[in-house]
Amino acid sequence: MTDTLLRLDNVSVRLGQGDRAIRPVDGISFDIRRGETFALLGESGCGKSMTALSILRLLPFPIGRITGGHVWLGDEELTALPEAGMRAIRGRRISMIFQEPMTSLNPVLTVGEQIGEVLRQHYGLKGRLLVDRVLELLDAVGIPDARRRYGEYPHQLSGGMKQRVMISIALAGEPDLLIADEPTTALDVTIQSQVLELLQKLQQERHMAILLITHDLGIVAGMADRVAVMYAGQLVEEATRERFFAAASHPYSRKLFQSLPDVKKRDRALDTIRGNVPPLNRDFSGCRFADRCEEAWELCESRVPEWALAGEGHHARCHRVDGSVTAPVVTVAEKQAVMAEGSHAASGDALLAVTGLKVHFPIHRGVFKRVVGHVYAVDGVSMTIPRGCTQALVGESGCGKTTVGKGILQLIRPTAGSVRFGDAELTTLKGEALRKRRTDFQFVFQDPYSSMNPRMMVGDIVEEGMLAQGIGKTREARRARVLELFSQVGLSPEHVRRYPHEFSGGQRQRICIARALAVDPMLLICDEPTSALDVSVQAQILNLLKELQNRLGLSYLFITHNLSVVSYLADRVAVMYLGRIVEEGPVDRVLEQPQHPYTRALLSAVPTVEPASQREIIRLAGDLPSPADPPAGCHFHPRCPEAMPECREVYPDDFGSEGHTVRCYLYKT
Amino acid sequence: MFAYIIRRISYALPILVGVNVLTFYLFFVVNTPDDMARMHLGQKHVTAEAVEKWKAAHGYDKPLLINDDVDGIARVTETIFYEKSVRLFAFDFGFSDDGRDIGHDIRQRMLPSLAIALPALILGLLVNITFALLMAFFRGTYVDVSGVILCVVLMSISGMFYIIGGQYLLAKLLRLMPISGYDVGTDMVRFLVLPVLIGVVSGIGSGARWYRTFFLEEAGKDYVRTARAKGLSEPLVQFRHILRNALIPIVTGVVVVLPLLFMGSLLTESFFAIPGLGSYTIDAIRNQDFAIVRAMVFLGTVLYIIGLILVDITYTIVDPRVRLS
Amino acid sequence: MIKPVILWTDGLLFLLTALVVVFILYARGKPHIRQPWARIFRGRIAAASVVVLSAFVLVGLLDSIHYRLPLASNGNSSETHYAVEVLSVLDAVTGTLRTREEKSYSAPFATTLYVKETVDQPDGTQVRIYPRLQFGGAHLGDDLAYKSTDIMMRSGVSLLETLLAGALITLSLAWLLSLRHGCTARDMLRRILAGRTDVPWRVILITLGVLLFLIFLVANLASVYHVLGTDKVGKDVLYLSLKSIRTGLMIGTLTTLVMLPFAIFMGIVAGYARGWIDDVVQYVYTTLNSIPHVLLIAASILMLQVYVANNPELFETTLERSDIRLLFLCIILGITSWTGLCRLLRGESLKLREAEYIQAAVSFGVSHGRIMTRHILPNVMHIVLITVVLDFSGLVLAEAVLSYVGVGVDPSMNSWGNMINGARLEMAREPVVWWSLLSAFLFMFTLVLAANLFSDAVRDAFDPRTTDQQRD
Repeated sequence: MTDTLLRLDNVSVRLGQGDRAIRPVDGISFDIRRGETFALLGESGCGKSMTALSILRLLPFPIGRITGGHVWLGDEELTALPEAGMRAIRGRRISMIFQEPMTSLNPVLTVGEQIGEVLRQHYGLKGRLLVDRVLELLDAVGIPDARRRYGEYPHQLSGGMKQRVMISIALAGEPDLLIADEPTTALDVTIQSQVLELLQKLQQERHMAILLITHDLGIVAGMADRVAVMYAGQLVEEATRERFFAAASHPYSRKLFQSLPDVKKRDRALDTIRGNVPPLNRDFSGCRFADRCEEAWELCESRVPEWALAGEGHHARCHRVDGSVTAPVVTVAEKQAVMAEGSHAASGDALLAVTGLKVHFPIHRGVFKRVVGHVYAVDGVSMTIPRGCTQALVGESGCGKTTVGKGILQLIRPTAGSVRFGDAELTTLKGEALRKRRTDFQFVFQDPYSSMNPRMMVGDIVEEGMLAQGIGKTREARRARVLELFSQVGLSPEHVRRYPHEFSGGQRQRICIARALAVDPMLLICDEPTSALDVSVQAQILNLLKELQNRLGLSYLFITHNLSVVSYLADRVAVMYLGRIVEEGPVDRVLEQPQHPYTRALLSAVPTVEPASQREIIRLAGDLPSPADPPAGCHFHPRCPEAMPECREVYPDDFGSEGHTVRCYLYKT
Repeated sequence: MFAYIIRRISYALPILVGVNVLTFYLFFVVNTPDDMARMHLGQKHVTAEAVEKWKAAHGYDKPLLINDDVDGIARVTETIFYEKSVRLFAFDFGFSDDGRDIGHDIRQRMLPSLAIALPALILGLLVNITFALLMAFFRGTYVDVSGVILCVVLMSISGMFYIIGGQYLLAKLLRLMPISGYDVGTDMVRFLVLPVLIGVVSGIGSGARWYRTFFLEEAGKDYVRTARAKGLSEPLVQFRHILRNALIPIVTGVVVVLPLLFMGSLLTESFFAIPGLGSYTIDAIRNQDFAIVRAMVFLGTVLYIIGLILVDITYTIVDPRVRLS
Repeated sequence: MIKPVILWTDGLLFLLTALVVVFILYARGKPHIRQPWARIFRGRIAAASVVVLSAFVLVGLLDSIHYRLPLASNGNSSETHYAVEVLSVLDAVTGTLRTREEKSYSAPFATTLYVKETVDQPDGTQVRIYPRLQFGGAHLGDDLAYKSTDIMMRSGVSLLETLLAGALITLSLAWLLSLRHGCTARDMLRRILAGRTDVPWRVILITLGVLLFLIFLVANLASVYHVLGTDKVGKDVLYLSLKSIRTGLMIGTLTTLVMLPFAIFMGIVAGYARGWIDDVVQYVYTTLNSIPHVLLIAASILMLQVYVANNPELFETTLERSDIRLLFLCIILGITSWTGLCRLLRGESLKLREAEYIQAAVSFGVSHGRIMTRHILPNVMHIVLITVVLDFSGLVLAEAVLSYVGVGVDPSMNSWGNMINGARLEMAREPVVWWSLLSAFLFMFTLVLAANLFSDAVRDAFDPRTTDQQRD
């Protein structure tokens, strides 16, 4: 055990005072060895960030403090160090990068100053030496044109670049351990793969240990040597990566795998975890997962499970793993009944036909608000959605996919193009005619926290659309319909008179879906409806959407960046890049045989949970260009590994066949 | 930069026009010049001739907007609106109702106003920042809590109490300085100490408490956590990171009032008998000298707008996120 | 029979009171409104300041119920004539405080005037003495040495009365609470005294006790002494200070009432509609805001003075004239202070209109009017509330300054500003006449401090920046 770098021994953290104090970390122990990547995996609110902050003693002041346990860095006990001693550790022997590169850098100091600070603090570097060293660091994290970037301010950098700067700050002290707290959650997949690759490279070069905190099983699969799963303030499982992915033994870990959407699970409901994470302000008499576990029995409620050995270097906190406990056999009800495939009558019966949709936002300047340019958010998008079908729209942030959704719904008036819904042309509808028509198409928003008026009871929220559309003649009729909708989305009648803040994220998204359904729409536009939710909750919502489609024959336009959700749910998929669709086709064809270089890069960048299928990651250079000033020719050519001279000239037409189109000169026939 | 300032000034013109129209309406439409004449002459023996005479003497005998008696451009210029309102744009303030040259008065009285307001502002800024930093540094402890309560108590005291109390205690009882008055030259300091001191003390309550919220807001930001994670010492975190960011709203808040310092403080100047623009305004209001009040409204607006322009320029200097475009 | 008189400001104040009552009834069923208020009342400082504020409000309300007394009818005339003087309930409550006027200045608890006067002796000679007051300490007769004992005795009686009343209130409170919480009154009493209740009843009771003591003290002493002295024309300063409360409250609340409809309507419409409407609203408030406020107020009040001077027939009594001036002052102050709130509301509406729940409402075809009233308005009310309570104390202080400048309330109206203005010249007098000034400052300070402490609590409870952290 001489190579143990960091050891946490029964660390507990408390936030707040008195009865309302919560214990986000409650007796955590683990070791990190030199040079390894240790992943701490868990859903939001399980305490993983607090664990990381407690190592550096950076818990939020003054409410948070370490209430017990020890943190050993080599022979030093960090919790016993004086503050000055701790400062010599921070940034020098342990450094940390945070989730939000946007806010984690000081906006009024230059990049160079912020990196240089560490060198001055820990090495006393000054002048030329300091500058040279900073430039060296910027080079090391792959920031091009380091000399120029040195004098720039954070707001002049893209998100990916900012995270690289954060990494260079962390590297400046040449630490033994790097704590990376969700380092790529705020970034797009292609940027995420760049950053993860960089971290791996730096680790190999410097033989540095990484404590990687993440909620993403795919990232764990690609990066970690060992994995620990955290649930409700405790570790529930710890194993090597190979063993964890081959034979996770805690029911919670297994559920995490099973609730991941996947193309292979298309014809059935996803596994979900019932209920919610328990509040952490109370004492537990049994297993913290017991009331959500399908394999629990009486003992789980009454006795706290031990940290039991499940194999070599593999522990789990579960009575079923503990050899000294005889567990009853529980047959998990086979509830994964095959879902009847809906009647996908794509027989030319187009519900929605969008042609040449453009949404340009003018940029105003000056006294008279002269228009000096446009943001070409959506620049010529065409698609058709047949009845009962799910069309996915995939792309990275800033590509204009949400604007497409709002443009179709006329929440943003399109600049040009046509949106035909059934027999109506929506772009020319105005006033009352459009208002009446709104009953046919509805929107489900990304953030279930902000999409409901916090001052209204959820029953009224669901009823509002009916009221506006004159559905349900009497109050009683509407109330009855609200109750029916609530039961349809799996909520109980007594929820009607509550306020949104009383619900969890998943429940809120259910209410939002009920609200949309209240006006009997034919088309639902779902804008990243699950991206703010944990995997297990995401599975519940996906199941619900799928079930509703089968029952009600709804059509979906599913806007997302999450390709595994697409593969599970969608019939067709369109890939967007900088305001235009670059590839469109049936979901299996596009995902199995992607044609456009961008689609291929995007697919390769998605971390996957199957370590066996390590594909070659196609690395894209640079960042997404600004939609106010898109590159000439094919918008993708500056980043495209296969760009040809003609790509710089004119934007390519649709190529391809059999309902699978690609806008790329590689496929010109 | 130059073009930017020009553009910024052109934004301000419509506002000045609006203010001018508003004051014109208030002073000449709500009450006609006849009303003013009667008011000034006293209610009792007002003959039509007396009113006409008063109006002629003060230049109010012309039509309001259009003069039909003359031709050409004079139809517009030979009017009250042109003479009393439009000319303000050229900083031609005209004469007060008792016949003094307002422009001359203003130029003369600006400096005494500034002599009090500027030191009070600078000292106040330093004192407030110090107190606010102290409270923010000890946030959550009894130092902070009692500091905040003290601030609330201080800001609940009327400004006039500070002045009267200060005059009574320091000047009258302790005889440390003269109660009021003003002099030029080296003697000036003697007269200025008390008003400046009172100006600083009376501002501590609201100032320090307000700045404290800036510091606390910055202290909760993610980049401060980053700074701590770098292993920086606490003073470095406080001064280099927190103070530097919190200074942005503080500095811009100060810059906006800089031009208005010329206008002086009504209360201080009046109580300390300082011949600045503040006491000038108060006297004008008490004597119902409408010409001076009109001039001060215009001047105050101009200075305020200059303040706004200065703020914009300051932002481009102190905040790297805002760049001139 | 007495003849009720309703002044403009009285009517508006009652309207405001009614609005507050309606709001309380409405808010009872809304947990998201009730919760922050409950949080406010759980704070000890806030609870104490609410008690103090309530006392001020009570005095102000009593002073806003005006009436005229009937004159003794002469003979057989069936028509009753009424006195010109308009009184308020406060005048009735304070008894003879109003009518016991001395000749000039007298110090608190004094029995003689503050300045020597030449008095004709019965024997025809003249002497310079401090003449005895007509009312202050008159019951003492010639036994002036008894004064301090008398004061002590009366204070002692007040203390006893306070203890008695306090005990009575505490017991009935404990009994009432015990009914609600379903425990014994004894238990409840113990919890209150130990300070172990959700609402800090102990603090409230202590504050109430101090207030009660002051009231009893004043009631026992003010009937025979001028507790806070008399002013230049011999009026009781305590009476003036109490009468000034109404003016202060009016300025602090009516200004808000006047400006709120504009600020809310224009702010929300500008933010929600954008385009040219927004440009116009922005232009209007930037223009108004760029005029220094004191000067705008001064200009407007001067013009009002000219108007009133030239149209004396419109205003019958001095009281009516000063009442109109007070109302007008509130309107002008409202005009100068609505700009800030309007800008805040515009900004917030601009942000909210992009909020997903507003977008959702649009996608349901909900009408614009409904979106503004149902979705935007309830979600900006916290800003309105915070602004209103924060503005209150500033307005009370501003009244004094404006009165000093000469553009405040009518000089004939009782206000702290006028008291200070009248007394400040006497500071130069030797020895100093300090009591008018100090009473005005003390009353003002108490009201403003309570209001400031209360507004702090309101801001903490309603500001989303401090409450959002507990989102789940």
